[in-house]
Amino acid sequence: MDRRHLRQQVTYVRKSLFDQGYLDDQFMQLEDLQDDANPNFVEEIVASFYSDSARLIQNIEQALVSRPVDFGKLDDCMHQFKGSSSSIGAKKVNMECSQFREYCCAGNIEGCIRTFQQIKQEHATLRKKLENFFQLARQAGQAETA
Amino acid sequence: MSTASSSAAWKAGDVVPDQFPAGLRVLVVDDDPTCLMILEKMLRTCLYEVTKCNRAETALSLLRENKNGYDIVISDVHMPDMDGFKLLEHIGLEMDLPVIMMSADDGKNVVMKGVTHGACDYLIKPVRIEALKNIWQHVVRKKKNEWKDFEQSGSVEEGDRQQKQSEDADYSSSANEGNWRNSKKRKDEEEEAEERDDTSTLKKPRVVWSVELHQQFVAAVNQLGIDKAVPKKILELMNVPGLTRENVASHLQKYRLYLRRLSGVSQHQNNLTNSFISPQDATYGPLSSLNGLDLQTLAATGQLPAQSLATLQAAGLGRSAVKSRMPMPIVDQRNLFSFENPKLRFGEGQQQLSSSKPMNLLHGIPTTMEPKQLANLHHSAQSLGSMNMQVNAHGGQGGQGDSLLMQMNQSQARGQILNESTGSHVPTLTSSMGQPVLSNTVVGGVLARNCLAENGMTFNDSHQNNSLQSNLDVGTSVLSHQGFSSTQRTGQNRNISAVGKPMFTAGDTTDHVNAQNVGPINTFFTDNSVRVKSEFVPDASCETNLFPEQFGQEDLMSALLKQQQGGVAPAENEFDFDGYPLDNIPV
Repeated sequence: MDRRHLRQQVTYVRKSLFDQGYLDDQFMQLEDLQDDANPNFVEEIVASFYSDSARLIQNIEQALVSRPVDFGKLDDCMHQFKGSSSSIGAKKVNMECSQFREYCCAGNIEGCIRTFQQIKQEHATLRKKLENFFQLARQAGQAETA
Repeated sequence: MSTASSSAAWKAGDVVPDQFPAGLRVLVVDDDPTCLMILEKMLRTCLYEVTKCNRAETALSLLRENKNGYDIVISDVHMPDMDGFKLLEHIGLEMDLPVIMMSADDGKNVVMKGVTHGACDYLIKPVRIEALKNIWQHVVRKKKNEWKDFEQSGSVEEGDRQQKQSEDADYSSSANEGNWRNSKKRKDEEEEAEERDDTSTLKKPRVVWSVELHQQFVAAVNQLGIDKAVPKKILELMNVPGLTRENVASHLQKYRLYLRRLSGVSQHQNNLTNSFISPQDATYGPLSSLNGLDLQTLAATGQLPAQSLATLQAAGLGRSAVKSRMPMPIVDQRNLFSFENPKLRFGEGQQQLSSSKPMNLLHGIPTTMEPKQLANLHHSAQSLGSMNMQVNAHGGQGGQGDSLLMQMNQSQARGQILNESTGSHVPTLTSSMGQPVLSNTVVGGVLARNCLAENGMTFNDSHQNNSLQSNLDVGTSVLSHQGFSSTQRTGQNRNISAVGKPMFTAGDTTDHVNAQNVGPINTFFTDNSVRVKSEFVPDASCETNLFPEQFGQEDLMSALLKQQQGGVAPAENEFDFDGYPLDNIPV
């Protein structure tokens, strides 16, 4: 692929991520921070998020299965996870997290469990999309330098 | 943390360096690694100097180690090892730096909590870089306020005050106070009001509670009977030139708390103390020396009935004591009297909180102190708070145990400090605690307690006795200052001072009350106390979860904190402080 084509693809993919609601403005903040000193900043941040969120997800899962259910702890775990996901602009994931917290406040464990499945799904979907996006961007960048 | 020259220079006056805000030294604390990375990058983009840490304890250590190394702190609210608001309080009390809170939680209650705890700003996550670009304003504002206060009070005031104090040949407390106050009033009523504020910032002669002085104090207390030992009479009995009633009052408060702690920890420490008691005063430091001294004093006076002691201790220890129910056995009691109870504490780890904490709290440096060092510290700190020393000393000996103990101490100290700080803060507001006198004594106490760690005294193994000693002095002043400033702040309404203030006004929890009572002691620990306060006040949920048996640092820390909270409450009631209600010694 030629450089222009690749770049167009990158632009398109990026735009669709925003249009489809996978990412929000916070992601753009990260992109703005990327510079020569940190040329792969966004990718590093996303990698850090996914690495750390595995632990947070595990915490939530444990809290979900433990009986009696500790909604306070559940809310706490989810709060952490939400804070983290919001920092990278994971919009859909975040929305599900808010829903989860609503169920949590209402003491609705089924709602929590259901929503959590959604969260994990969105979490995984976004990961794939971002990986794809970064790869494309790398290719476009390489094509440029080539 | 490197000290940005621009920032440092800027502190000297109210002229902002040209390159400012570039080079602003920011400490950012967040347990989320992703957020931390993002914040760091954002702050660097703003041309700030960034130090990041993911634990509140680490942050406090960094701040303590390098008190002038940072201009502003940004901290998350939810953190695993310590509540962000507690950290906020600590920082406010110990370092008086502007603190910005962050959270994904934008609920009104949380934001209000930030305000009441003294945060100068509250950012909602995810944080945008625009929000960070202007954080320098908080630094400037704070400095301007400080200088304004300072200037208002004037160095002349300070000089006069100091003069007053030294000139006072009449050591009766009331006379002293009267003279001092009158002179002040004559000068400038306004300044007088700001004295407290200034005192914290201005250097005031600080009373160092040396071993001898403390012995005299204890002897006087015993002679009068702990129930009847009021500052005025103690002062008269001691007949020490230059000592004021305030000095005695604050020292007495600390002492009482110390006793309480002893009673609380005596159970645990009993074992430890025995092992730790060493014949030499200087060597093992506080533990041995203090115990020896105090015991002698106690023995001599025989005034302190075991029960009183136990009561006092229990009261004072309230927090820590929760765990150990007192009344303590005779052995413990003796320990209690000596400020060194740290031994008790030391072993316990938890107990140590009170003693060890001071060490840690002061500097927040969880260094393992060598026994010698501890001894040194102890020596100097003896009068101050052998309690702390003991703990530390203990740690030093154990080598392995040292770190654990140290840590425990630290956590303890912290917990203690927290409790105490709250106490101290309260009193300042209500009373003229703002006076330097208090801080001096407090500082001394604190230093002793915290093993000099807190105020610039670092526990580094490399510390020599001399350094320790000097640190003490420095720390004392720092502590005094700190304690003072924190108290003052409350009066002054400085940004961070809110920490102290809210505690008072909140007064909706016993914690608050305790804080007040603890007042003097707090200053003592200054660093520690400061923290204590934060914990104390903000969380009504003080748990009497006294030290857990485990000695895990974290456990200790949380235990200490909790203890303090819980402990403080009871103590406060007893103290019922409002300034220096020393005349009513709760027994």
